Amino acid sequence: MTNSIHDIGESACILAIGTNTNEAHPVISLEVLRSLRQKGGKLIVVNPREIGLVRHATLWVRPRPGTDVPLLLGMAKVIVDDGLLDKTFISERCENFEEFETTLKDIDLPTVSEITGVPVDRMIEAARMYATSKPAAILYTMGITQHSHGTDNVMAIANLAMLTGNIGKPGSGVNPLRGQNNVQGACDMGGLPDVFSGYQQVGNEAARQKMEAAWGIQLNPVRGLTLTEIFDAAHRKDIKAIYLIGENPVLTDPDSNHVQQALEHLDFLVVQDIFLTETAKLADVVLPSTSSVERDGTFTNTERRVQRVRKAIEPIGDSRPDWLITCQIAQRMGGKGFDFSHPSEIMDEIARVTPSYGGISFARLEKIGLQWPCPTPEHPGTAILHTQVFTRGKGKFTPVLYRPPAEVPDKEYPLVLTTGRRLFQYHSGTMSRKVKGLNLIVKEGTVEINPVDAAALGIVHGDNVRVTSRRGEVTAKASVTEVSQRGVVFMDIHFAESAANVLTNAALDPVAKIPEFKVCAVKVEKNH
Amino acid sequence: MATDKINLTIDDTQVAGKVGMTVLEVARENGIYIPTLCYHRQLTPYGGCRMCIVEIEKMRGLPPSCTTPATEGMVVKTNTPQLQDFRRGVLEFILTEHPHVCLICDRRQRCKPFDICLRSASVTERCVLCPENGHCELQEVSDYVGIKEIKLPYTYKREEVYRNDPFFDRDYNLCILCGRCVRMCQEVRGAAAIAFIQRGSRTVVGTAFGHPLQESGCQFCGACVDACPVGALAERARKWAGEPDREVVTTCPYCGVGCQLKVELKGDRIIEVLPHEENETNRGQVCVKGRFGIQEFVYHQDRLKTPLIRRDGQFVEASWDEALDLIASRLGNYSKDEVAVIASAKCTNEDNYVAQKFGRAVLGTNNIDHCARL
Repeated sequence: MTNSIHDIGESACILAIGTNTNEAHPVISLEVLRSLRQKGGKLIVVNPREIGLVRHATLWVRPRPGTDVPLLLGMAKVIVDDGLLDKTFISERCENFEEFETTLKDIDLPTVSEITGVPVDRMIEAARMYATSKPAAILYTMGITQHSHGTDNVMAIANLAMLTGNIGKPGSGVNPLRGQNNVQGACDMGGLPDVFSGYQQVGNEAARQKMEAAWGIQLNPVRGLTLTEIFDAAHRKDIKAIYLIGENPVLTDPDSNHVQQALEHLDFLVVQDIFLTETAKLADVVLPSTSSVERDGTFTNTERRVQRVRKAIEPIGDSRPDWLITCQIAQRMGGKGFDFSHPSEIMDEIARVTPSYGGISFARLEKIGLQWPCPTPEHPGTAILHTQVFTRGKGKFTPVLYRPPAEVPDKEYPLVLTTGRRLFQYHSGTMSRKVKGLNLIVKEGTVEINPVDAAALGIVHGDNVRVTSRRGEVTAKASVTEVSQRGVVFMDIHFAESAANVLTNAALDPVAKIPEFKVCAVKVEKNH
Repeated sequence: MATDKINLTIDDTQVAGKVGMTVLEVARENGIYIPTLCYHRQLTPYGGCRMCIVEIEKMRGLPPSCTTPATEGMVVKTNTPQLQDFRRGVLEFILTEHPHVCLICDRRQRCKPFDICLRSASVTERCVLCPENGHCELQEVSDYVGIKEIKLPYTYKREEVYRNDPFFDRDYNLCILCGRCVRMCQEVRGAAAIAFIQRGSRTVVGTAFGHPLQESGCQFCGACVDACPVGALAERARKWAGEPDREVVTTCPYCGVGCQLKVELKGDRIIEVLPHEENETNRGQVCVKGRFGIQEFVYHQDRLKTPLIRRDGQFVEASWDEALDLIASRLGNYSKDEVAVIASAKCTNEDNYVAQKFGRAVLGTNNIDHCARL
């Protein structure tokens, strides 16, 4: 997030696009309500589904899945044509505007309307509302990113924010809401194939030399494989061993059957987890790790705030915290610099080698979390990014073009499947499915289908249905509801018994390598 | 620039506040107790219970301090015989419909845990049967106001007790209609799953058409339970667990919001997880998973407790040394392009830093990733 969670409540207008905020980030949706109720703010919800937030929305824009780029371009065109752009911000803070403006000339609103299914006047209303109510914040999540054109979606959002000067000010910003408790931190720490901690490129000579000096060992300059590439390589038997910590890719990655086969092809698989997950069942060695209430450490949340995780109880059974297990393996393999006795010592090393975490220590985090960049021990942390200059200097307008999703409906697979989370379950259910009360409320996965589509297929609410894509099939109960628009079905990702990712498409965004979870073609039949 | 500081006199003490604060807020900030029942710091003032009335010089009547803005030079009295009389009168009305043996029983000071109640109260109304007994705001207020006896006739409401919803019980026989749960659900959570239903003396908190909570739009965030001043709403799992003896503040392990939680412990056992208030992230709010979804998985019987090694297709329990030695010797056999490390968005920064350091410095590979894109 460029801004902070509490800052959202200060917005005059919130554009929530591709985010089911009240289910996936319930406490952030409270800030949205605060803006509406206490500040008289406006809320534009852009979502193909009638999510809970729609009830509170000033305006609901309902595009077809996978058509965000033309919609955002259409809105940008309205803003430019109506002269609602922030000329000072663009000329002082941005570059490449002329080229972007030229591409807008070819945009024709009726055509956009045809692609997106959004009426022209609604598009105009949304654009004007966003551009004229300041400060305006954009919230988005995986509804924007999990597409084969996810990067384009994000660029289109950034263009819209720069166009209206909604960057670097309180109550504004471009705010991707991160889905996992520490996905921000895992990225910050260099849990990525191309960067060390703090996004220092492994291919960058200076960065690598610095890390080599810190760690006292020569390092590999070639960027590694991403998660989806790792499984492809394992499938080809190029990757032979995986050391996996606390993830359940069999359920969470696209095209589950392919992932499962890839893991079976491995020569050696180590899984560290708190439960024997679907993935752990395929392992050669399973190591018991502690849950977060049994260990000390830090998580970095969606607003870049590093916060303490504190040990409340002793480890269950003979489980050990992950850092300790990894250090013990490393030391057995002759690794140097793994003799930490407490996570605070690891944070001290992180602060030494990571500029954005330079001022962070357990002592400082005792009272309140700190938002990075926090380069020095005196630095108060950074609540809003890009207030004076962008990280790269000038904000660059990037022209984007509409590309349809990798898989579109056809005769055989006539419906679009889109996937997501529910409030009462969490991700692959490793934790939430162990909680009785949560399972009482949502006990199984369902397929949400529009009443018109359901009637055409002879399906009534509660029927058992079979959903088939080019990659596999699953069965689940039908939930006939107008929450789903015509031609679109929705499934959650929480249940192994009706694993939506058996169906999803592993088509990747060329830059971010994110799979297209939000659009694939399926057919739905009543299961007799 | 004019300062926004204002000075007041409360109970003959000079205190300072800021423009925009109410008299109650200034008093609380300065450690002066004014009894309240319907007031909750996360909600807009309601002025319903009349417990917080005060006397203010040059002001008529007895204004409620929760809705009266503090102004420069105010002289406020919070505890005069007139105020206490007035409060006692209102409180007596509330207590005509709230079991109050816990307040007036002559054995109150003498009863110890596990003492058998000596029939001074009917079975359903005994103090030990209220989950809030001992930390109830109504008890606190009554003690402050000084309730010795209730002269007005008392009726037990005979409301249905709801014990079938997930996570918490609702016993509206103990409800004092302060409206904190209703306002929390509407104002802060935007769910509006509950409201006052019926009218007049039959008013009760409930759902539309008496539907179960699950069909009423309830998000089970527990904010109503935390807001309830009495024992009407109570988390079932911790109802009889007693008082925690320590508290650990930590970060929620579910989504990326990073809500700060208070883990309440009795001995080495978690009895409750509550939202933490003094922070910039969640400010006293949390969702169903953080509030009710942690203890059960932490203590679940299926937790992995020892290392497992696959032998002939079956998992066999192993010692740590055995497992770690095996991993170290096996991983050492592969070239840097044949191995990969999958780090975790669920684990701490320290876990992830060590994992990527292990991959890069020991295994020599940059094949390191996690589920950031999923």
